[in-house]
Amino acid sequence: MRSATGFKVLGVAVGLAAAGVLIGLYVSKLTTEAGSPSYTVPVSSQGGHKVVDLTIQTVAAVGPQLSPAHPDYVSYLVRDTHGKWLRRTVWKLPANATVHVTIYNFDGASGLRNPLYARPQGVDGDVMTVDGKTLSVIPPDDASHTFAVPAYGLVIPVAPVGDNAKNQCGYAPCAMSMAHRTITFTFHTGKPGHYRWQCFVPCAAGWIDGFGGPMQTIGYMDGFLNVV
Amino acid sequence: MTVARRLVGFNLLTACLLGIGGWYVGWFAAHAVVGPSIDYFADVDFNELSLVMGYLCGVLGFLVGLGFLNYPFARLRGYPPSLREKETGGIGRYFGLCTDHKVVGMQYLVGIGFFFFIGGLNAMLIRTELLRPSAQVFPAGTYLTIVGLHGTMMMGMMTSGILGPFANYLIPILIGARRMAFPRIEALTFWLLMAAGVILETTIFFGGFPTGWTGYQPLGTQANPGIENYYLFFALVGISMTLLGMNMLATVVTMRAPGLTWTRLPIFVWGVISTSVLMVLAAPVLIATLSMAILDRVAQTNFFVPAQGGSQYLYENLFWFFGHPEVYILALPGFAIVLEILPVFARKPLWGYRLAVGGLLGVTLLSFFVWQHHLFVSGINADLRPFYMLSTELISIPTGLTFICGMMTLWRGNIRYSVPMLFCLAWFFNFFIGGLTGVFLSDTPSDTTTHGSFFSMAHFHYTIMGGLVFTFFAAIYYWVPKMTGYQINERLAKIHFWTMFVFFNSTFFPLFIAGFMGQPRRVVTYANGVHFINVWVSVSAFLLGGSMLLFLYNFVKSLVFDRVPAPADPWGSKSIEWQLPSPVPVQNFDRIPVFSGDPYGYGETGPTPVPAGAPAGMT
Amino acid sequence: MLSSDGRKVVTAWIVLSVIATPLVAVFAPRFYAPGNGSVQATEQVFDNTVMTAILTPVICLLVVFFAYVLVVHRAPRGQELRDGPALRSDATVQAVWVTLSSVTVLFLAGFGTYELLQNGSGGGQGPSPIANPSGTKIPVQVIAQQWQFTYRYPTYGGVETPQLVLPADTYVELHVTSLDAIHSFWAYELGVKADANPGVDNIAYVKTKGPLTFHVRCAELCGLWHGYMFNNGRVVPQAQFAAWVKSQQHAFAPVAKYLPKYATTYYPDPQRRAG
Repeated sequence: MRSATGFKVLGVAVGLAAAGVLIGLYVSKLTTEAGSPSYTVPVSSQGGHKVVDLTIQTVAAVGPQLSPAHPDYVSYLVRDTHGKWLRRTVWKLPANATVHVTIYNFDGASGLRNPLYARPQGVDGDVMTVDGKTLSVIPPDDASHTFAVPAYGLVIPVAPVGDNAKNQCGYAPCAMSMAHRTITFTFHTGKPGHYRWQCFVPCAAGWIDGFGGPMQTIGYMDGFLNVV
Repeated sequence: MTVARRLVGFNLLTACLLGIGGWYVGWFAAHAVVGPSIDYFADVDFNELSLVMGYLCGVLGFLVGLGFLNYPFARLRGYPPSLREKETGGIGRYFGLCTDHKVVGMQYLVGIGFFFFIGGLNAMLIRTELLRPSAQVFPAGTYLTIVGLHGTMMMGMMTSGILGPFANYLIPILIGARRMAFPRIEALTFWLLMAAGVILETTIFFGGFPTGWTGYQPLGTQANPGIENYYLFFALVGISMTLLGMNMLATVVTMRAPGLTWTRLPIFVWGVISTSVLMVLAAPVLIATLSMAILDRVAQTNFFVPAQGGSQYLYENLFWFFGHPEVYILALPGFAIVLEILPVFARKPLWGYRLAVGGLLGVTLLSFFVWQHHLFVSGINADLRPFYMLSTELISIPTGLTFICGMMTLWRGNIRYSVPMLFCLAWFFNFFIGGLTGVFLSDTPSDTTTHGSFFSMAHFHYTIMGGLVFTFFAAIYYWVPKMTGYQINERLAKIHFWTMFVFFNSTFFPLFIAGFMGQPRRVVTYANGVHFINVWVSVSAFLLGGSMLLFLYNFVKSLVFDRVPAPADPWGSKSIEWQLPSPVPVQNFDRIPVFSGDPYGYGETGPTPVPAGAPAGMT
Repeated sequence: MLSSDGRKVVTAWIVLSVIATPLVAVFAPRFYAPGNGSVQATEQVFDNTVMTAILTPVICLLVVFFAYVLVVHRAPRGQELRDGPALRSDATVQAVWVTLSSVTVLFLAGFGTYELLQNGSGGGQGPSPIANPSGTKIPVQVIAQQWQFTYRYPTYGGVETPQLVLPADTYVELHVTSLDAIHSFWAYELGVKADANPGVDNIAYVKTKGPLTFHVRCAELCGLWHGYMFNNGRVVPQAQFAAWVKSQQHAFAPVAKYLPKYATTYYPDPQRRAG
């Protein structure tokens, strides 16, 4: 029957189209799963040298507004030029520049697995300021998070909000009026490249050993420095 | 019968609906009963027990919907035993529970082929990511899921890659029987595999899994819930494998026709026997291991969590105790197919039949004694390293017996280069490279550098893909004309062969070099020194994928559109299946045949040693 | 005894093997991993070369055999189907093949065992190594954690640093352990690989040679940043090494009081779950 071939061609065409659609959906799901859009940190120039101010915060729970899928995940956030906090952990920085970093930490202590990371490394003077005080080490059990870029040898232990502090932040975004610590330090970027950063404190609540979930998801406690 | 009437009943549609229903039953039951009492998961808002119970009840619903419980309940209510269900009745029987072993074989071919292409798609995605040293097509965590999906899907599906389609179809015919020993269990193994495949792919909705196909602990306990999909997939595959192997052994041992002594069995049947022994003994270990891993996540046990007193070595050893026989489950059917097909196209008997059987059985036995070669540098007791080096080196002796038997079968033959023969000859080339590099890997000092690198990866792709997958295609081109009654276009098939052979080697040979240069496995970034190699490999891989698409085009074109009828014996083989019409009728034989020899009587005078009686369908 | 076909194949095989094997033995080491960065690396190259040289005749046999058979014994195009001779077996060929393959395999196993038992060939031998080279050995601990390697020098006050520097011409006893998941310490140019397991002390030996920069990579999938868990290590002259250790002790002095006492395994204390 002539129409039999027609049906077969139609069947194959439908099959191919369905396969194409499914493959397209599959690949698009994979490319967008658990990543982070990039945030370009604004660059200023001082005496011909590039300088960048990076302001980030760490929160105990990122909240349903910033993460409908995982509202209880601990996370880093970055502040954009309008003062809005974004859940983006891929930051575009200029090469061969000086980066001044301010971290507002709204989370309490978790404790380091390896106390070596309680010492600031890879930053100017190997010191950081915590609420104005210059420190070269914090007690390892006090560490709330770390900001570490292993390729730069950069480690900053983030000092915690006390357990008994008043007005602690539950879910992000956190207002500056809530209990927090301010940590500042300076480091320098070199050649262009992708440099990953991570947290070394097992701060993921609900996973054995505290290293699952947000600790292994870009967009929460891991990210990249895209140095261009 | 109206369309609506046909849709009601125990079929695939009902199965899917009941599967979805079962998911919700399991999900909410777990939530209601156990959820509130496990504070452990309160922080992460996710009750993993629900996920596991949802899938398990979903699979149960799926199987009930297909009708697998009908016969047991019917027997309980006193109905007489029956061996047949839905064996006649057009194309509908391919979409449900059918006890005709030939239907199950065809279902397997299409089903495994479907998941093979999905695994291949994941491989293409991996190679896309590896085009550049540090560019991010996929986020780093998702890349690990893709790597895991590719490996797991391929390992799970291709273990039944030859036994599923071809053993199911051919074993009863080759031994002169009308059915398998347990026809419903045979169908069950297929549908379990299909359900498992769906479960694995849906891991992307639960965060994927970061462990690769080996599922090492304690990394598994840190994973997102998507790892439950991996555990359930492999556990269901393990159940399917165990039942498949058991069924094959029961059939071959008990249902051989008169005159078919052990020394007259076609070598393919011996290959199925040895593979089935491995399946039956090794797969249950996997099921147990994964059950423990699931309990670790779901019920807070600590089998494999070192910080709480468990042992990650326990996992490694249990997994590889299964894992090494697993790779021989993949390799042995390939040996058997090559030895089965070579006599037909060399027009000579199989040389060294007993030696070949000894080789297959020797591999089967030794494969249980080598598993710690995956663990040479892992901190196992140092006394064990020389022992496992010896046992692993020894296993190349029985493997070599397959080579000598194949080579001497070709010697002074009258060789025709048909497409199945080309794939079998390519097997020699590929498996030889795979085997030799295996000798390097089994040498413990050399393994220090090559363990966990792309060298190891290229080795197993050469043995598994170059070995098993090439023989999978040889079997397809050889037997599909018998199974469907239609020829496959030979010109396109030869183009498929040559492109696949060239691009396969072009893809995987440079990976030995990459491994030697220090590129580790499962890694999304690499040193600039291996950038060129990776680009070359990725482009070759895309072309290899293209050759697979060519195969698919040829397959569909020949079997759906062209439909050129195939003669009963297009290859001139003396084996019994070629004396039956194409496609083989439901009853297989009108009268059970009586065997008087093996099917390799080429060049020998005298009557055909395999009289089939009057073949079914011929008057 | 052999047919004329057989004589041709065997002759061609012997000629090819005699030419190829020495060529392989001479030129292969240039291409073989992991190079000459350490005594163990050189041994591995030697090992690979010996194996290749022994396997070269096997490769030659298969090349010659298939080249001959696939050309000479091809059925001419268009010829009607004709059977070949009914050769089912030949006891001599079987005996020769089984004997030669067994001898080759057993020799390789014996040779590999001999090489392995010298000093472990750079592989991790677990907590009780049996291939224990004699002489003084400097212990260096490799601590793997998600996702960075850190290193402790127990004979230098237990100082811990994220960089790996080793003195030249020295036997180093590496103690590899992990604080969380399974990692694997792979120092490519040194020819060292030892899995890092939580709660286990995996010992590997390496004798450094001259100064060099080597790559350290993680070789066991350990989570998100497994692929990025690498750094460079250095082998430096011994005087420079002593000075470097002092500089690290000075740099990490503020945190020294918080480090646990040196031990071959650590259970990270306290177990942390939630902040």
